[in-house]
Amino acid sequence: MSDSLAALIHAVETADSSVSLVEAVQKLAHARLEGGIPTLIAALSYNNPGAAVAAVDGLIHLGEPAVPALLEQLDLHNYTARAWAIRALAGIGDPRGLVTLLGAATADFALSVRRAAAKGLGCMKWHWFPDHLLEIAQAEALDALLFVAQQDEEWVVRYSAVVGLQSLMTALQRGHVYGQTAFEQAALSQIQTQFERMAVADAHMAVRARVWLAQQQVQRVQTRSVAVETNSSPLSETDWQLILEKLYARKGQERLVLAEGDPRRYRQLAIAVASEPPNKSALPSSDA
Amino acid sequence: MNTVSGLQDDSSLTVDQAIANLQGEDLGLRVYAAWWLGRFRVDAPEAVDVLMAALTDEADRTMAGGYPLRRNAARALGKLGDRRAVPALIQALECSDFYVREAAAQSLEMLGDEACIPKLMALLQDQVPGTLPAPEPPQLAQPFDAILEALGTLEAKEAIPLVAPFLDHAVPRIQYAAARAMYQLVADRAEASLYAERLVNALANNDLQLRRIVLADLGAIGYLPAAEAIAQTLAENSLKLIALKGLLEKELQQSEPQNLSPGAIQVMTLMDSLL
Repeated sequence: MSDSLAALIHAVETADSSVSLVEAVQKLAHARLEGGIPTLIAALSYNNPGAAVAAVDGLIHLGEPAVPALLEQLDLHNYTARAWAIRALAGIGDPRGLVTLLGAATADFALSVRRAAAKGLGCMKWHWFPDHLLEIAQAEALDALLFVAQQDEEWVVRYSAVVGLQSLMTALQRGHVYGQTAFEQAALSQIQTQFERMAVADAHMAVRARVWLAQQQVQRVQTRSVAVETNSSPLSETDWQLILEKLYARKGQERLVLAEGDPRRYRQLAIAVASEPPNKSALPSSDA
Repeated sequence: MNTVSGLQDDSSLTVDQAIANLQGEDLGLRVYAAWWLGRFRVDAPEAVDVLMAALTDEADRTMAGGYPLRRNAARALGKLGDRRAVPALIQALECSDFYVREAAAQSLEMLGDEACIPKLMALLQDQVPGTLPAPEPPQLAQPFDAILEALGTLEAKEAIPLVAPFLDHAVPRIQYAAARAMYQLVADRAEASLYAERLVNALANNDLQLRRIVLADLGAIGYLPAAEAIAQTLAENSLKLIALKGLLEKELQQSEPQNLSPGAIQVMTLMDSLL
């Protein structure tokens, strides 16, 4: 096995054309070997979109083991590699990527990054979260997704926010033998209201249609009894502590600018980020 | 809203200022204002008026004799959706500058007014005097792809005999434009799907730029059977999503609102996987 890993990595490192590089990265990605993670991550900064797409797919399939290295990648001053890393984090749904995705969905200037982050915010592995953290994390994701659904100027990012809201809705509905908490009921009704508004008001028919589909599918989930997922996650106590600190740091920064719940607080953030040089890690998530 | 994508600098130009700039002395500001009015879809009547006037501008010329301001004005007028611009754009189809004619054909397609069909057909046969070829190789005589696409969208069935020969044109993207137009023009749906399948096959082309063009063509005609092949194409997800959106919206037009067909749901499932 390790022989074939070495050979796969060697093929990536010695590829002498754009096409052979894409092929080599695809093969390494398909092998699904944890030992290939550093090479796949390096491929994010080769400035070869085909190789980056293959590497992102491979990292998403590897999942949780790739997360620490992806988070390190965010701190490097390479905007393109950072954008691809965010897309991989969005696909993995690991809670350690949550705060990064909150910033990316609402404020990144590349629509492909906002698009991936919005979907990723909804399909977080919510069942991994411990009870004391779940509500604050979901509240932040909800705020961010509602903002994107209402405000993003690109149809595809709003479409993605609908997909994210639908996933969040499913998470809010499931796993409650004793019924929903007050927060969950309020969040569900906020999403329903947002869907009802978008179903008629969004300027793009494709976005309206995705809202109709979400409304139909969520109804079907409601009428079906959903299996309760266990919340055993591979994350350590320290990981959760760090996620909580980052979330509080994020909320604290927002409060300095504008009151809680004021949608303009994201706008301020967006302006701050957009005015930073592109290779600087300007999102608050990476500072913590 | 534009702050999100980092365009706040552009929004700082006001509508009044852009309209004034377009009539001012500074050629750089004029050409920028024409672009800006289109970019931000400023459809105020005064904006349309000044853009129409810019289509006959003589001040802004390139070394090769091109008309940069006219090009930008022609492009902008398509985006503003005001059919008052149709006669001026038809006139622009006679411009010596290849790129002005290309922009005018694209904008006339967007405005959807059949009045331009005879002039487009004359241009397709290269029968308009005074029109110079494209300055770059292969120095096409006319912007054939833009003309073919416009004739298809405008459902100019009388143009079928003129369009068909372009299926064998030497330039691939012109072949694709012809296939796209034939799909829209022929009445027999079985024959039409043969033209669409040509496009589907072209998604496997080795040239990324051509694959991108074909994605846009399939999105424009909304050919539902192409959905899976579009999702599998080696190209940017952003472009595949735009193409699939074209399929989805075409499919939605065939049924009652909110009544999602299996085809529409299939397209959205593919789109979800590309986000």
